[in-house]
Amino acid sequence: MAITTIGIIKLRNLFSVVILSTIYSFLMASLLLIFDAVDVALTEAAVGAGISTVLMLSVLHYTKRNEEKPKHSSILAILVCITVGGLLIYGTYGLPAFGAANTPLHTHVSSQYLLRSLPETGVPNVVTSVLASYRGFDTLGEVIVVFTAAIGVISLLRKDQREN
Amino acid sequence: MNIVSNLISSYNYYIIIFLMISGLFIVVARGNMMKKLVGLALFQTSVYILYISPGKILNGTAPILRDDFTIYSSPFPHVLILTAIVVGIATLSLGLALVIRINEEFGTIEEDKLFEEEL
Repeated sequence: MAITTIGIIKLRNLFSVVILSTIYSFLMASLLLIFDAVDVALTEAAVGAGISTVLMLSVLHYTKRNEEKPKHSSILAILVCITVGGLLIYGTYGLPAFGAANTPLHTHVSSQYLLRSLPETGVPNVVTSVLASYRGFDTLGEVIVVFTAAIGVISLLRKDQREN
Repeated sequence: MNIVSNLISSYNYYIIIFLMISGLFIVVARGNMMKKLVGLALFQTSVYILYISPGKILNGTAPILRDDFTIYSSPFPHVLILTAIVVGIATLSLGLALVIRINEEFGTIEEDKLFEEEL
C-alpha cells in the first residue's frame, strides 16, 4: 500500500496514476475486510476500485495524459505536511490502543445496537439495521447529497446551454 | 518503554497518518488537477481507516449476528463510512466534471498555466 502511494506521488503519467489508485482501492478493501468491516469493504471495492476508475479514465480521454513538472519548489508543501504529521502523531497519544474492547466506542452506543438490533428490527446484519432503521434520516441526507452532486454534474456538462 | 508500547499498540494510526500526509502532499504540491483529485481520494480513504480501525476488537468478528459468536466489532463506524464512501464518489464526480469544463475553457488542467492565463 505504501509502495502504491509513493508511486502515485512520483509518477507523471496520469493513466498509471489512475491504475495505481485502483490497486490502492483494492488493497484498502482487503484492509477493511481485516478490520471486520465487510459491508464497507464490498462498497469500497465496487465504488472506489470500480466506478471511480471508470469515471477518471473517461475524463482522461478528454484531457492530456501527462502531468507537467511543477515550476515552484515543494518546500512549503513539505513543511505543511511535516507540521500536520507531527500534530497527528502527537494526537495518537490520546487515542486507545488497537483492538481494545473497553473503549467508549464499544461501551456506549455500539453495544446497544448489537443487543437491540435483532429483537427490534429482525435483521441479523447490524450494519444494515442501523443504516436503514436507526439512522434512516442519515441515509436520506446521503441521497440528497448524491442528488445535488448529480444536478451539479449535469449543469456543468450540459452542451446546449453553453452554446448560447 | 512507554514510547515503544505506544508505537506497537497504535501502529494502525501511523499507517493512517502516512496515507493522510501523502494525500495532503499531493493536493498541495502537485499542479495537475487530475492528480489533485486522486490525492483527495487518498486522503479520504485514510479517514475511512481512521474511523474503522478503532471499531475492531481483537478476536472479534463482523457485526452479523449468529449464535456461535459472542464478540462483534462495532457496527457504528461501518455505517458512517458507508455513507462517506457514497458521498465521496459524488464529490469526486463533481470534481471531474469541473476538470472537464476547465479543460474545455482553457485547454489545460495545469494550475501554473491557468494562473498565467489569468494574468
